[in-house]
Amino acid sequence: MDFRFSTDVIDPAALVLGLGDTRAGACVTFEGRVRATNEGREVQALEYEAFVALAEKEGERILGEAREKFRVLEALCIHRTGRLALGDLAVWVGVTAAHRGAAFEACRYVIDQVKERVPIWKKEHYADGATEWINGAAPPPAGGPR
Amino acid sequence: MKTVLVRYFAVLREQRGLGEERVETAAATAADLYAQLARAHRLTVPAARMRVAINDEFGVWSAELRDGDQLAFIPPVAGG
Repeated sequence: MDFRFSTDVIDPAALVLGLGDTRAGACVTFEGRVRATNEGREVQALEYEAFVALAEKEGERILGEAREKFRVLEALCIHRTGRLALGDLAVWVGVTAAHRGAAFEACRYVIDQVKERVPIWKKEHYADGATEWINGAAPPPAGGPR
Repeated sequence: MKTVLVRYFAVLREQRGLGEERVETAAATAADLYAQLARAHRLTVPAARMRVAINDEFGVWSAELRDGDQLAFIPPVAGG
């Protein structure tokens, strides 16, 4: 699976080794990290929850789209679930291509689509003890046939 | 009547107080079922802001429910 979840710390150095390919002149990676503030509130920790069965399918579809739209050699995405501390890696995307243009574009496409479409939810824990499920991307128009 | 499995995530899971349940229902469609559950359990996310998943695939709210279907309601997502 090129799109997958991890309940454990993401190790970018290990992941990037999986992208070795002498045809690749470019490797672009993206790290999404837990930030200390959101919309003016002081964040202490995050929790990610996923509908794994559907999220894995949708994630694989996104990687497939990236491979079709751009001249990509490899595309990988790993997303955390569970409780994360400030600075932890929440998501990692890695893309290789013959040239940098395709690698940058495909990496950007993957992270943008993951944020918009994959059933993952984020709960923020604030310094004042409050918590909140983040109201993220509104759903795309009604899905296809069942 | 038919029996379906409903799975709840994130804010809906907390509002319902559980992650999944079997529901016996006369609801004809996924939309009817959510309306019923939202009333019964005071779920606050409007269907208009959600997608529905049927048997682990995105579906449509107008889909007719079949006995044994697995449903999940997808509140606005926030990965990354």
